[in-house]
Amino acid sequence: MKHAATLVLLAVLLSLPLWMSNLYLLHILIMTGIFIIAAMSLNLLLGFTGQLSLGHVAFFGIGAYTSSLVSLGFEVHLLPSWQVGLEAKPVWLAMLAAILLAGLCGWVIGRVSFKVRGAYFVIVTVSFAEVVRLVALNWVELTQGPMALNNIPVLRLGLPGSFEFAFLRKPANYYLVLVVGALAYLLIRRLVHSRAGRAMIALRENEALAASVGIDVTRYLVLATLVSAGIAGAAGALYAHYVRIVDPEVFSFIYTVTMVIMVITGGKGTLAGPLVGGLIFGLLPEALRAFSIPPEIQWVIYGALMILIVYFLPEGIVPALSRWWRGRWQQGDPPQLAARSEAAP
Amino acid sequence: MHLLKPRYVSAGLSLPPSRDCGQRVDQLLQHTLNALILGGTYALLGIGLTLIFGIMRVVNFTHGELYAFGAYMMYLWVMLVGTNFYLALVLAVALGVLLGAAIELLLLRRLKGADIDTTMLVMIGAWIALQNLEQFTWSGVAKSISAPFPAAPLVLGPISLSWNRLFVFVVASVLIVATYALINRSKLGKAMRATFQDRETAALMGVAIDRIHTATFALGSGLAAAAGALLGPVFVAYPSMGDLASLKAFAIVILGGLGSIPGATAGGFILAFMEELGAGYISSGFRDGMGFLLIIFILIVKPTGLFARRERIG
Repeated sequence: MKHAATLVLLAVLLSLPLWMSNLYLLHILIMTGIFIIAAMSLNLLLGFTGQLSLGHVAFFGIGAYTSSLVSLGFEVHLLPSWQVGLEAKPVWLAMLAAILLAGLCGWVIGRVSFKVRGAYFVIVTVSFAEVVRLVALNWVELTQGPMALNNIPVLRLGLPGSFEFAFLRKPANYYLVLVVGALAYLLIRRLVHSRAGRAMIALRENEALAASVGIDVTRYLVLATLVSAGIAGAAGALYAHYVRIVDPEVFSFIYTVTMVIMVITGGKGTLAGPLVGGLIFGLLPEALRAFSIPPEIQWVIYGALMILIVYFLPEGIVPALSRWWRGRWQQGDPPQLAARSEAAP
Repeated sequence: MHLLKPRYVSAGLSLPPSRDCGQRVDQLLQHTLNALILGGTYALLGIGLTLIFGIMRVVNFTHGELYAFGAYMMYLWVMLVGTNFYLALVLAVALGVLLGAAIELLLLRRLKGADIDTTMLVMIGAWIALQNLEQFTWSGVAKSISAPFPAAPLVLGPISLSWNRLFVFVVASVLIVATYALINRSKLGKAMRATFQDRETAALMGVAIDRIHTATFALGSGLAAAAGALLGPVFVAYPSMGDLASLKAFAIVILGGLGSIPGATAGGFILAFMEELGAGYISSGFRDGMGFLLIIFILIVKPTGLFARRERIG
């Protein structure tokens, strides 16, 4: 049953650009897909290790800026007499660099900020994102500051000279996002089901207990942050080469909040949660636009929905649905147990 | 942090080398005075946030929105209704207290016993809703508020000071002292301190915890609204002004140690000094970044903050 549903979903996703001619809707789906990838990476931290990182957009933005700068090339004066520059590199290399640098930043931030927990951790991550945003805004020589990086090249794959494919049109970008999203999903799934993933879940449930059975808490938290930051960096790189303009606004706190809402709504700590939450909150603005609701009120609705979900559906949509499903079809299975196994596979 | 260095060098020091030493001292004095004045309002923001965290264990993301609310209430009463400036100030703070009490009663009351992440998510939701309601009500255009002070600054030898800022500093100081008195001298303050030390024991001793929570949130919100109402006429009111205020308040509170009122007071002044000197001598672009660098630095070097003794696990 579950397999059939997965196959149908895959078929719909794969064939979508063939039967959907509305390019605007395809654009919305691409952007939603990019944010779903970022939300999946956040879920690894928030859902599986239980650390609420409110600076996640920093990794997304670092990915976007790194990929743009490497593909455009840059020259900066690190000292008045010492100039460092980089020739423009192919986009695929730039994207790899983005993933690596974002991952590295994740590692450093993990090392530094996992000295603290809870409210302190949240505030450190918020501060980190804000510092990165200010650097992007003020280091004009590198980032063009508020003037933004323009004319970012699109991804081209193939052998130079003979055959080349440019990801210029929307269907191509849709498939690109789909493939990266699938890879990220598989990577996270593999990680979560591995020994390391079980260690992360253990320390989410009870950190002191996990430490007492020999789990190196900081090591696994840093590992989760590294992978999570790398995936967020990949999402940022996709964003940069699809939208083709990057300004310091990519570091806006509101994007982190969007990712958090996606994860919480869908169900943190479930693999499918960010997909469901991401689709809802990616497409909801369009649905609200259809009723000609002004953007401010749309955000008010977002905020109110977030509060309502925390009150009435605290574990998210996916665990609630799967519990309902199991309770209905497998009467022998106690519902609490079913929800638990879904939350911690 | 080394990322910032090139900017420092390429921007150059803000003082041309031709200036003589006396002028530098004057400039330093001027920066110090500005910082002192700014520090008063920062301390107000920080004390409000640290009270709410210390007593309720709530990371209050709506704090900055109360600050913006205070500024917009000044705009409403002074510019639209045309009330007296000082009366408007009182009204703005009173409305801030009411809004804070409403948030506590409507949103936080039912979350009693929830973990800190859950309340944080609810507060983030409330923050988004409040900020966008503000934007919807007042539009995105910045509003300036006129104050009944002479435009000519007060000149004291080499340094000058605007009357409005002086007024802000005096009122902020009075409010800080009043808050200290309330916490340390009144019966309500005693109950607050008891709740802070041990919620269960305080409840057993007959402290009505629910009412203490409402009072705390209202007081903290009132202080934030006061900071906004005071600074609104100095700067301008705009919808996203609360974001930076929230983040700065977090920086101040982290610096002083979460839950510590003297820490928040000192933190407010320290942050103001860092910003003022950073903007004056390094680069004005990083003025608002100082707080965050400070947070990261403090948490690496002395994670307990300057004044708190407790474990850093929220």
